[in-house]
Amino acid sequence: MFEEVASTEQGDLVINIGPQHPATHGVLHLVITLNGETVKKVEPHLGYIHRSIEKMCESLSYRQFIYVTSRMDYLSSHINNHGCAMLVEKALQIEIPSRAQYIRVIMDELTRLASHQLWWGAMAMDIGALTPFFLAFREREMITDIMEETCGARLTMNYMVPGGIMYDIHPDFCKKVKEFIKHFRSKIDEYDELLTGNIIFQNRMKGIGILSKEDAISYGCSGPTARASGVSCDVRKIYPYEIYDQLKFDEVLATEGDSFARYQVRLVEMHQSMNIIEQLIDNIPEGEIQAKTKAVLKLPKGEFYTRIETARGEFGIYVVSEGGTTPYRIKFRSPGFSNLSALDHIVRGHKIGDMVAIMGTLDLVIPDIDR
Amino acid sequence: MFLKEYIKDVWGAISSLLKGMKLTGYYFMHHNKEAITEQYPDNRKTLKMADRFRGEVVMPHDENNEHACTGCTACELACPNGTIKIITKMEPTPEGKKKKAIDTFVYRLELCTMCNLCVEACPTGAIKMDQTFEHSVFDRRLLTKKLNKPDSKVREGVE
Repeated sequence: MFEEVASTEQGDLVINIGPQHPATHGVLHLVITLNGETVKKVEPHLGYIHRSIEKMCESLSYRQFIYVTSRMDYLSSHINNHGCAMLVEKALQIEIPSRAQYIRVIMDELTRLASHQLWWGAMAMDIGALTPFFLAFREREMITDIMEETCGARLTMNYMVPGGIMYDIHPDFCKKVKEFIKHFRSKIDEYDELLTGNIIFQNRMKGIGILSKEDAISYGCSGPTARASGVSCDVRKIYPYEIYDQLKFDEVLATEGDSFARYQVRLVEMHQSMNIIEQLIDNIPEGEIQAKTKAVLKLPKGEFYTRIETARGEFGIYVVSEGGTTPYRIKFRSPGFSNLSALDHIVRGHKIGDMVAIMGTLDLVIPDIDR
Repeated sequence: MFLKEYIKDVWGAISSLLKGMKLTGYYFMHHNKEAITEQYPDNRKTLKMADRFRGEVVMPHDENNEHACTGCTACELACPNGTIKIITKMEPTPEGKKKKAIDTFVYRLELCTMCNLCVEACPTGAIKMDQTFEHSVFDRRLLTKKLNKPDSKVREGVE
């Protein structure tokens, strides 16, 4: 790092954005080399919110380590918990009841909607539009209310347990979800009216921050960031888990790879998530919500890997077990880290104002990057 | 031709801005109908949390000052953060034998992440999640709580 800074040419300016800066959405530290207003290089410095979650998990049992993962990507905490629960089920070959599967998928898609809504508001705020932030939070509030009623918490639900879900859905759940879908279908057009069509927004987004398909693959990007570059990487389609293989939904792809494509992919994904929920909400089967599991879970000796599609991309959990009650080693593959690594490549040559817009469309969650 | 394109672009740009302004204007004029803001400290009396909202762990006692905790430490083992500590004692039963009973159920609110694993683990349903959420105090020691009330004992028949 010091060598690189020393090698800057005469007239270059090295500035720090973060760790405390509103545009980085958390404690991300970016060291930017500028030539005039043009970005020459971006160096992300991590570690400001490192909580050593992977090491902590080594001392927690297979029931306990699930709750910690909601502290990583807190906007899709439900999906992280789901992935961890799936890993334990896969390793112990637990067959989970279909009612639990349906509820899990509905909850996942609700979380994805809430996450994309927050991204939409926060990204617009990065660009300089404040109204979308309030509109996005208005709709997101309905989802957090549903979560609070059924799961008992608004953000870090810890609703998934190995073998199913913690408790049954609230009696009002189906009614409220249907109400929300109806409400949001009418309100999502406002999103387009307010922001997507706006000429200032379009000029700041179109053709800015182009990530080619090859680069997206080589940097390991996933989720909407990679799908906007034309990489087909939706885990729900490629390696279907739970009941995703029985559902009708499209993998949203774009070819441009610029900021506007990333924006559009996420907006269309919201429609797809609503389609998925509508397919499921009337057909939740009756029955058990939890498979019978032992009080103390012991994974067999070996290595296990599970992947799941969070709102930001592919989240992977890798566990090495020695046959005990706690994992020997846990590694999380977080989508945010790989997406951040492409930032330097995308931003080079753009103006510093565009950098904030590009970071907004990458949808970074810093605790997910640092863990 | 160039002028035509130019005027078209300018008109498109202005109309897109007006479209957005119209929406903002609608919300500005209908703020009474559309506002969803809750006036939090003022609406304390009417504010009702969801039944399952996880605010803190409590131990319900019945009218005879009896609870259902046998001191099996299942919740202590289930807790990922070391929030719960159960101190047990040996109590003489009427038959002259000695029986294990809880002395103190220590609950440290500042360590608790409200993950609900202790409530799930409890075999007798002795603890539950309460819906209170205003936990701020001036002294950190006040966050370490004793959940079983003084002179309380285990309900008859709870094993």
